[in-house]
Amino acid sequence: MRFEAPKTTELAVALLAQETGTARVLAGGTDLLVQMKMDMITPDLVVDIKHIDGMHDITPEDGGFRIGAAVSGAALGEHAGVCALWPGVVEALELIGSTQVQGRATMAGNLCNASPAGDSVPAMAAAGAVARIAGPDGTRDCPVADVPVGPGKTSLAKGEFITSILLPSRPDNASDAYLRFIPRTEMDIAVASAGVSLEFDAAGTCTAAAVILGAVGPTILTADASCLVGTKLEDAALEKLAACCSATATPIDDKRGTTEFRKDVVGVLAKRAAKIAQTRAGAKS
Amino acid sequence: MALDTEKREFKILGTRPLRPDGVDKVTGRALYGADMSAPGMLTGKILRSPHAHARIISIDTSAAEALQGVKAVVTANDFAKASNSFMQDGLDNCMARGKVLYHGHAVAGVAAVSEAIAKQALKLIAVEYEVLPHVTEILDAIKPDAPVLHPDRNFKRLPEGTAANISHTTDFGHGDVEAGFAAADLIVERTFKTEATHQGYIEPHACLASMGPDGKADLWCCTQGHYNVRGMCADYLGMNISQLRVTASEIGGGFGGKTTVFIEPVALALSRKAGKPVKIVMTRDEVFKASGPTLSSLTDVKIGMTKDGKITAGYAMLRYQCGAFPSGTIDLGAMSAFAAYDLDAVHTEGFNVMTNRPREAAYRAPGAPTAVYPVEAVVDELCLELGLDPIDVRLLNAADEGTKASYGPTFEAIGLKATLEAAKAHPHYSAPLGPNQGRGVSAGFWFNFGGNTSVSLSLNDDGTVAVTEGNPDIGGSRASISMMAAEELGIPYENIRTIVADTNSLGFNDVTDGSRVTFAVGLATIEAARAAIKIMCTRVAKIWDIDPEAVTWEDGYAKPAGENAGKYDPMSLAEIAAIANKTGGPIAGHHEVNADGAGVSFGVHLADIEVDPETGFTKVLRYTVFQDAGKAVHPSYVEGQMQGGAVQGIGWALNEEYIYGEDGRLQNAGFLDYRIPVASDLPPIDTVILEIPNPGHPYGVRGVGETPIVPPLAAVSNGVSRAIGKRMSALPMSPPKILKVIKG
Ligand SMILES: Cc1cc2nc3c(=O)[nH]c(=O)nc-3n(C[C@H](O)[C@H](O)[C@H](O)COP(=O)(O)OP(=O)(O)OC[C@H]3O[C@@H](n4cnc5c(N)ncnc54)[C@H](O)[C@@H]3O)c2cc1C
Repeated sequence: MRFEAPKTTELAVALLAQETGTARVLAGGTDLLVQMKMDMITPDLVVDIKHIDGMHDITPEDGGFRIGAAVSGAALGEHAGVCALWPGVVEALELIGSTQVQGRATMAGNLCNASPAGDSVPAMAAAGAVARIAGPDGTRDCPVADVPVGPGKTSLAKGEFITSILLPSRPDNASDAYLRFIPRTEMDIAVASAGVSLEFDAAGTCTAAAVILGAVGPTILTADASCLVGTKLEDAALEKLAACCSATATPIDDKRGTTEFRKDVVGVLAKRAAKIAQTRAGAKS
Repeated sequence: MALDTEKREFKILGTRPLRPDGVDKVTGRALYGADMSAPGMLTGKILRSPHAHARIISIDTSAAEALQGVKAVVTANDFAKASNSFMQDGLDNCMARGKVLYHGHAVAGVAAVSEAIAKQALKLIAVEYEVLPHVTEILDAIKPDAPVLHPDRNFKRLPEGTAANISHTTDFGHGDVEAGFAAADLIVERTFKTEATHQGYIEPHACLASMGPDGKADLWCCTQGHYNVRGMCADYLGMNISQLRVTASEIGGGFGGKTTVFIEPVALALSRKAGKPVKIVMTRDEVFKASGPTLSSLTDVKIGMTKDGKITAGYAMLRYQCGAFPSGTIDLGAMSAFAAYDLDAVHTEGFNVMTNRPREAAYRAPGAPTAVYPVEAVVDELCLELGLDPIDVRLLNAADEGTKASYGPTFEAIGLKATLEAAKAHPHYSAPLGPNQGRGVSAGFWFNFGGNTSVSLSLNDDGTVAVTEGNPDIGGSRASISMMAAEELGIPYENIRTIVADTNSLGFNDVTDGSRVTFAVGLATIEAARAAIKIMCTRVAKIWDIDPEAVTWEDGYAKPAGENAGKYDPMSLAEIAAIANKTGGPIAGHHEVNADGAGVSFGVHLADIEVDPETGFTKVLRYTVFQDAGKAVHPSYVEGQMQGGAVQGIGWALNEEYIYGEDGRLQNAGFLDYRIPVASDLPPIDTVILEIPNPGHPYGVRGVGETPIVPPLAAVSNGVSRAIGKRMSALPMSPPKILKVIKG
């Protein structure tokens, strides 16, 4: 196995593109190293991107923030601007692992690991986050929601990797929230999850809603949240949302939860997360 | 050995001195199993079965042996025939012979110059299997057409017609059970299921074996009992016991799971073949697949009660599954089931059935938690139905001194009633509960054990004392033993260092199990101290030129007594030690005993549980443990045992389970999907220690280590059931299971 720690994006792209065997990007390594240790994957080349300029930066951009691909959960959680703008995304990322894991784990790593249970992914997708991807053919932008295409699979082509993720701006009276269900209180994988991003008018009526479900399908799933628009999130609207989420979910039956349980719980999570987002947005109910 | 008749004010017992192993453990100086190394050491790795059940047609090791850097490969052929069938089961569990009996069963071992080469060599071993149908569940394993694990063995003691996988049966009781049920106002009968759990110790099994060309060997390993390791390994390697010296490392948890051998005989066989030291360290995956899970169970319980709470009769049918080999744990379970009750009519039956799962290893009060849980759940249901207070009902029916226990013997002084009364009087019991909250009560019982013990104690010439014992310290025993020696000798705790010696440095010791060490090693330490005191008094008598009987020992001093009282200045232990070489040589005491009188132990637990009605998520809000410790030597350690047992029981009740696929493979061999509680899952566990002296120990000490894992299963289950208003009857009560019951 070869290990490289290039200083520039161009070098990293070249290394990844030229490798004839299996190449892997290393960000925090909290997925990659575990998978290597368990003999799930044996890469021929590992490219550490943490030494590339700008990878650790959080930069304001058009009212939003551009997050470098090596920014850890701990670093993002200490950034007051991001916390104020997208509290749901930050809380989702901060749910990952323990204090030790937080010092390393990244959003881009969580996204590219492409587990349907990755915690930050539904929250980023609900936020409309956009990944910036460098590759042999230059740079392109891709909505976060389109990066994972199946368990462990992404839409990235050979030689491509994510250099940053843009969390866009948002209007006033808007906020987001993320909830996951685990049988314990920490150190676990989501059995079902929901990221919710809501916008309200001055009177407290919901004007836009995005609800993304995790761990209940091969990738994240988008629920039809239109039942919230035009409401103040009264019980009837929330019950409709829960039912819609349960109907959207296509979970498997496995050691972490039954199909029936996941379908039920994902609806409960969505409606609870919606209430939290509403409170955060300061919307009158 | 009986309780001291003369009442004494303890000076050191009951205090909380610093733990002697604390600094080593927090600084990393402590040497655990994997920390031992030797020059020229090789890495050992074990090849394990991918199948749940298969015949081994052939094993071709030639390609592995030919790999550069591989120094030895061993299979079952490299071991001796064990001395009896129980020992042979232990060996066959370490290395499959003829058949693999579970997913993860060892089939070959490799020693190589690096881990990478050892791993590569495992891939080069060609095992040809004939895959056989497998069975992992109790009800499947007792079917007439079930795959049979040991078709060639004849479990003779069994009644005609029992299924071929049944290895043990049990059946006992007293009184007229049918008449008892006829006299009941209410009878509740239910079936309860529990899943296999793992002891979950943080330190994986690890050992270093080194055998010379002359056949003399040394073994360092992480174990609860190195004399037992020595006996088993010597048997499996065909060695004299004197040829093998075993040293126990510091231990990162055992809970019963380190009372046997797994990798140790393999490391020795590899070292013998390679002529070099071999170290084997299990991965967590191997720990789950191939070391000690506990049993799973399916139990019917039927109890009758009068309107005012008197139990009229009890019946239980216990079915235990203990993995791929015979197990007698069913006997311990059956004996524990009704132990907390004074019953006129009780009948307990049960059997053990073998399945294609790893061999059960002891887990804290083996057999008892899964037997007490169904009984305590049915008692709770009767109390609810009849509108009775669950502690009052237990008090009304509680076993007491003189009770003929459900399993035969008559109890001596026991602390169950006092423990129930303490729970009833505690503020926890009367604290208000909110919506979706329930309070569960359960009592629990464990036998406790004494056993073979050797201790030696010697005076150093500066007046400090060395205590040598032979039981790995899994719960603070070095502190407790130092304290008991200090108490008896009348010197400061800090002046004593207690160590765990290797198998050649001290007489035989049984395994650290059965909550025996503070009781039995403590007892032997007190006797060893008394022996040393006797010698000191004799020496002083010589100096004073008076009769040895005229010298007494008081608070660390030899004093003239009787008519000589006041005639000589008392001599301290330090003064006597300093001149020992002039008065007859080194001074030491020792004691060897097969201790009985361990004294049974009872506990009562209160658990407040909140259930999220929409998700089935449980939260333990408050938890209090009440337990009789006889005499709490070091109360912090006693509390630690009570808390640790409760936490393990809570995990068993809520989330821990071995999950098997249709293919008979274990699906959750890791801490991610085998969910032990994490710190944030739990409230502080409150403890109340009661002290009803054990008549069988000079200071009144009882073992406390195992009882606390017995009540939590029912305490939590009763709490959940009361919170949701429906009876739970299967563990673990994971959220999907609870939500299903809530939704009916
Ligand atoms: C103890 C523990 C607990 C955990 N708990 C959780 C949890 O609660 N929730 C959860 O969702 N996850 C959890 N995880 C998984 C993991 O921590 C997260 O998925 C984390 O976000 C991964 O980030 P990373 O930077 O460490 O990724 P890495 O391990 O470095 O990479 C993950 C994958 O993505 C690829 N990759 C990384 N960065 C890029 C990039 N910029 N462009 C393209 N490909 C890239 C890598 O090649 C690799 O395949 C846990 C892991 C551990 C060890």
